[in-house]
Amino acid sequence: MAPAVLIEGLQKRYGEVQAVKDVSLEIKPGEIFGLLGPNGAGKTTTIRCLCTLTLPDAGRLEVNGLSVIDYPRQVRQRLGYIAQDVALDKVLTGRELLELQAAIYHLPGAIARDRIAQMLRLLELEDWADKKTGIYSGGLKKRLDLAAGLLHQPDVLVLDEPTVGLDIESRTAVWQFLRQLHAAGTTILITSHYLEEVDALADRVAIIDRGEVISSGSPAELKDQVGGERITLRIREFTDADEAESARALLQDLPMVQDAIVNSDQGNSINLVVEPNADALMTVQQQLKDADMPIFGISQSRPSLDDVYLAATGRTLMDAELAAVGQRDMKKEAKQQNMRR
Amino acid sequence: MSSTLTPRRADSIENPQLQQWKASLEESAIAHPPGVFSPAFIQETLALTRRLFIQLQRRPSTLVAGIVQPLMWLILFGALFQNVPQGLFGESQNYGQFLGAGIIVFTAFAGALNAGLPVMFDREFGFLNRLLVAPLASRFSIVVASALFIAAMSLVQTAAIVGLSAVLGAGLPNVGSLLLMGAIVLTLVLGVTALSLGLAFALPGHIELIAVIFVTNLPLLFASTALVPLSFMPGWLQFVASLNPLSYAIEPIRYLYLHPDWQFSSIVFQAPWGSVSMGLALGILVAFSLGALALIRPLISRRIA
Repeated sequence: MAPAVLIEGLQKRYGEVQAVKDVSLEIKPGEIFGLLGPNGAGKTTTIRCLCTLTLPDAGRLEVNGLSVIDYPRQVRQRLGYIAQDVALDKVLTGRELLELQAAIYHLPGAIARDRIAQMLRLLELEDWADKKTGIYSGGLKKRLDLAAGLLHQPDVLVLDEPTVGLDIESRTAVWQFLRQLHAAGTTILITSHYLEEVDALADRVAIIDRGEVISSGSPAELKDQVGGERITLRIREFTDADEAESARALLQDLPMVQDAIVNSDQGNSINLVVEPNADALMTVQQQLKDADMPIFGISQSRPSLDDVYLAATGRTLMDAELAAVGQRDMKKEAKQQNMRR
Repeated sequence: MSSTLTPRRADSIENPQLQQWKASLEESAIAHPPGVFSPAFIQETLALTRRLFIQLQRRPSTLVAGIVQPLMWLILFGALFQNVPQGLFGESQNYGQFLGAGIIVFTAFAGALNAGLPVMFDREFGFLNRLLVAPLASRFSIVVASALFIAAMSLVQTAAIVGLSAVLGAGLPNVGSLLLMGAIVLTLVLGVTALSLGLAFALPGHIELIAVIFVTNLPLLFASTALVPLSFMPGWLQFVASLNPLSYAIEPIRYLYLHPDWQFSSIVFQAPWGSVSMGLALGILVAFSLGALALIRPLISRRIA
């Protein structure tokens, strides 16, 4: 069976900027695939190439075995694309937008009516269907956009940063809906710079940084590759640096501790990487007790996708994000994205 | 969004009829790509046109302004030259009668010239991407939808101008002449709409598009026979005005006002290089529109975005 989406050696340059250097990935039918990376990593450009909005400089792109470059029309019929910024015509009602959407995908009249009613019901938009979209809230707009993207029952649904700018309730609802779609067998490609989003939804993930895929696999696999477990502990609610440092030195001596640092951003808490070990917490507590040190809080966790990103790039996703925001004019870029063709 | 978007077991995400239709499509789509004037093309064109009319219906100010403005032109500009001695404006009995044809064409032209703006805003707001990721039979449906909309607007405006001109003493052409006037307006509108949409796809943003509209609009009016006859102009301007497509729409309409018994061989105006018959003027207009469509074709028919 052909992969739902195949991308091989994708490259795209905009003038001076090499937006995508080398992206390859393969999405199996029915899975949720997450493309994770900081802003500016090349996620949106990759998506735009896949959705026939941008002509790549090099690389192979296929949807269900069909070449995106050679059969763009057929690929468009199979893809549903939900852009990062919801673009609705504020003068149209939700139903009118869906009717337009049905017509540009050439759904026959009777099927279109039936399908529009179905999608309105499914996304609980019935009460809003005949109101102009100009008065919709952000969450409602996203729901209508989802209904529009799914109207023609695409084989692959592509979502670019689906929950950016949504409140927490709306985000949870979008996640829930995507899980429901997943259960019904829809293949989903989602980009995100939110770790939790990809962790919560994706069966498999590719981490992308500066236009290249730096790591891919299931979230669990990626975390296992990084290895170890994390212990975060605080001596006091606000520990002074000297005391934290002496505790760190003390814990570093334990044979099971692979790495120990004092995190000054989090009130001088101590972050440990330890060998997976049932007694890890106990051992740490005992070591501190023997030295007469108090413990304010202690917790143990598996490595996160952020640790995966850190291991691959030497910086945390948050740092990359902040660096990117400092360098870039996001508003201008969003506009350019729409204009680039 | 409320967090109550809970799966309702009764509502499947799949739709069996749609699934069936999709399967039938897969077989035929690769073998027979739909082209211009296929049922798919007509379906998408009508839907895009409907959107423009819904917008107009809910925001009628464009239509109101579009009718009031040419009527004000007609009244105010007509009054400016009201006392010009008869005979200066060729065969026309008064300036009002002379001016009517110019205002009809200029109004239609200005409307068509602005046709690219909504498309440019769709592009800037990302709405155009919604159309570009869809399997449109041809992106010419976007052009045709705009042209249909502008054409309908222009015909309403033309009717209003013809009506007011009649009240102001310009007389009313017979039905055959009115139909030909409609056809002339539509041909010009198609060509200019195509050019404007081409610009909307080619220029970087709405600022640039507005700049182009700004420097095109009035100069083309003044360098045409809309306000004064060729004989009024210095030689070089006569030359320019005789190259201006607007003149090839204005002069036939003006002729129709004066000659209910027109023929395709009737001479409608004297260009510096020779006389232009009704048939030739119409031929040049049609050629202009087809040329405009051919010119924008590479922009519109790119396969990837």
